Amino acid sequence: MKRRDFFRTSIGGGLAAGAAIKMGGFEKLWKAPAAGAKYDMVAVMGGNPDAMFDLGIQELGGMGTFVQKGQKVLIKPNIGWDVIPELAANTNPLLVKRIIEHCFKAGAKEVYVFDHTCDNWVNCYSNSGIEKAAKSAGAKVVSGNSESYYQEIEIPGGIKLQKAKVHQLLLEADVFINVPVLKDHSSTRMTCCLKNSMGLVWDRGYWHSNNLNQCIADYALYEKKPALNVIDCYNVMVKHGPQGVSKEDIVSMKSQILTTDWVAGDAAAAKMLGVPVEKIEYIPIANKMGLGNMNLDALNIKRIKM
Amino acid sequence: MTSPLLRRFRIVFSTIIFIFFFLAFVDFKSLFPVKYLNILTSLQFIPSIMKFFDLRTLATGGFIGILLLTLITGRTYCSFLCPLGIAQDVTSRIGGRIKKKFRRYGFKKPFTILRYSILAITVIVTLVWGIYMITLLDPYSVFARSMTYFIKPVVIYLNNFIAGILGKFDVYTLSNVPVKSFPLIVYSIPAAFFLLVGGLSLTKGRLYCNMFCPVGTLLGLISKISLFRIKFDEATCTRCGRCAIRCKSSCIDFLKPNVDISRCVSCFNCIHTCPEKAMSYGIAGTKKKVHETDESKRKIIIGSLLLLFGLSRVASGQNKTAPKPKKDSTVKEKKTHPVCPPGGVSIADFNIDCIACSLCINICPNGVLQPSYKQYGIAGMMQPVMDYHKSFCTYNCTKCTEICPTNALHPLVLEAKKLTQLGKANFIKDNCIVNTERTSCGACSESCPTKAVHMIPFEGNLVIPEVTEDICIGCGHCEFACPTVPYKAIFVNGNEVHVAAKKPANIESDMKTPVEFPF
Repeated sequence: MKRRDFFRTSIGGGLAAGAAIKMGGFEKLWKAPAAGAKYDMVAVMGGNPDAMFDLGIQELGGMGTFVQKGQKVLIKPNIGWDVIPELAANTNPLLVKRIIEHCFKAGAKEVYVFDHTCDNWVNCYSNSGIEKAAKSAGAKVVSGNSESYYQEIEIPGGIKLQKAKVHQLLLEADVFINVPVLKDHSSTRMTCCLKNSMGLVWDRGYWHSNNLNQCIADYALYEKKPALNVIDCYNVMVKHGPQGVSKEDIVSMKSQILTTDWVAGDAAAAKMLGVPVEKIEYIPIANKMGLGNMNLDALNIKRIKM
Repeated sequence: MTSPLLRRFRIVFSTIIFIFFFLAFVDFKSLFPVKYLNILTSLQFIPSIMKFFDLRTLATGGFIGILLLTLITGRTYCSFLCPLGIAQDVTSRIGGRIKKKFRRYGFKKPFTILRYSILAITVIVTLVWGIYMITLLDPYSVFARSMTYFIKPVVIYLNNFIAGILGKFDVYTLSNVPVKSFPLIVYSIPAAFFLLVGGLSLTKGRLYCNMFCPVGTLLGLISKISLFRIKFDEATCTRCGRCAIRCKSSCIDFLKPNVDISRCVSCFNCIHTCPEKAMSYGIAGTKKKVHETDESKRKIIIGSLLLLFGLSRVASGQNKTAPKPKKDSTVKEKKTHPVCPPGGVSIADFNIDCIACSLCINICPNGVLQPSYKQYGIAGMMQPVMDYHKSFCTYNCTKCTEICPTNALHPLVLEAKKLTQLGKANFIKDNCIVNTERTSCGACSESCPTKAVHMIPFEGNLVIPEVTEDICIGCGHCEFACPTVPYKAIFVNGNEVHVAAKKPANIESDMKTPVEFPF
């Protein structure tokens, strides 16, 4: 009981105050993230990942639209594989770095980066270049590969997935920014926004064995949705995904898609990859469940070429 | 030489060696550089002999140096270089703190028949059948296994405890590291030796070294003709017996006076303790006795060891919370051969050379190397085997091949390792989710670094795995990722002899860099 007392007396007050501030912005953050954004989607082509982001986020009204002063931000790139940046199996480190910088500029208190990797996490973090890039921008890079970090949450309305264990940082963060890299995928045909959330949860095996596509869509029901999705299409792995074999799998597309709607993001990404949206089963499922809009014609999209 | 600095030098030197060994073996973050580790192990007697007979190069002749050292200085190896010896000195010291009796040794008769029989049996068994006795008794391996099986998990728990507290304060410099436990049965031998060596050294000093250790006995034989040794100045000696009481090897008979040089490990405690400076370390020799029967209090030792043992059991509960898929798989995996680690060349070759020191098991960043309990048969117990239900072999890693002290695992450069086929993936369609549930999965193909496991059209929009055997390297990532229980839908069957896999061919995509947005 001593420890409990200690926590109570020393930081209890601080926590309560912090929580009160957070609660104030809660509704806005999770229910209507795009309140101030002019477009549903901004697509940029022709620049470096960091420069394209600068332009894209500016069109969305700047990072301040999504991140308020004093907030904790979680940035979730894809760091799944022990592969060098040139082979584009992971999100571009330059992009991750630039997003972090924008978050701090908007007044973020902390920025966290993690992924539940497929390969050995220590190697993934270092060989992807993301750990170094994120740390240099001042973010905290945290392991996602120990079950002790994960807490069980409920997903009301999930058809196959009603429960999942998610990383505690997702629960602690005020703002969640999803930063997938667009890639071919051996079984789901494509991995991008929605599928990137498999790195937020502990037990992916359950998804794989219980109708993977439905589970991917189900997870999108969970209340902690991304405030912003930044899709890295700089180098795109068009075959042998999601890990890739060699540089022959990569096509340089020098593009980036920023959107508040991750279903729309995936629909646009599918077009980039040249795969019919219906073939990527979780997209129509998520669309039907009302988790986003895969009909790009109905969206207000800003297209920029640099 | 009668300087007390001799003892101090021994303590400083051995402490440094021990700290290096300790760090190397509790290093769960792969921070300890491989090349330094190789220097440490190249000075270990048994590993060095094993490596020498495998490679026959002078560079692997560390044991020759140790033999020469013994010829000149006596069993200094046992006090200065042997990690098990130094560890025993540490526990002896702890024992002495716990109870006065534990630090009063006194002369005891040597276990002559026992120790020479063990040495003889070890040599005969090794020459005729194989390395089983060495595996069991080699002091380096006994030390290494104790570290891997019992000490490292404790250090990781400590790390996780601290990481947990730091995490509460939003500090993530330390990360939680899951502890992976081994099958219970492989703990039996390391636990027996941990208790034996630990108990003996806690209460009776270097008894293991002078009773069981074949290296100690062999070096003892050689040290009988060593140049430098501990000796008495009979004229100044007052027969006070202090030296005998302080002698961890119980080899000083102060009444005669005589030092049993075959048991003396050159710790120099006697020189340090002699008030008359009658003990010295120098060329040629002399003689001396006290008898004490020690009753050891075992509760503390057993209690603390049970704690260690218990902790590693608790760990086994850590990684099995995965919810099950709705149907159990039905077809048993038919593994005809275990998968032997990269660099092992063939199962037979590997089994002959490996002394099961567990260094590779310890150092593997993925924890895929597990001590075997039945895979290689009873004789190969504790030798490392690839366990793809626990983990998989990281494509970009050659660590185990680089650090093997006996060359049971030959060093492989990364490019060679990526093309070394340890086994082949076998697909069991009747277990596969895609087939049984008619939903997509592809966890195996997703994980495959060479795309030997790839997806082909199945029904409707579904795709199902297929294996191209000649580019499969048997890394086991597919087997590890496969979500079916209790049997996997894809498994790696070991190659009896490792072969070269084909390099995966790859052609440029015909997709072009877009100039317009396709939406």
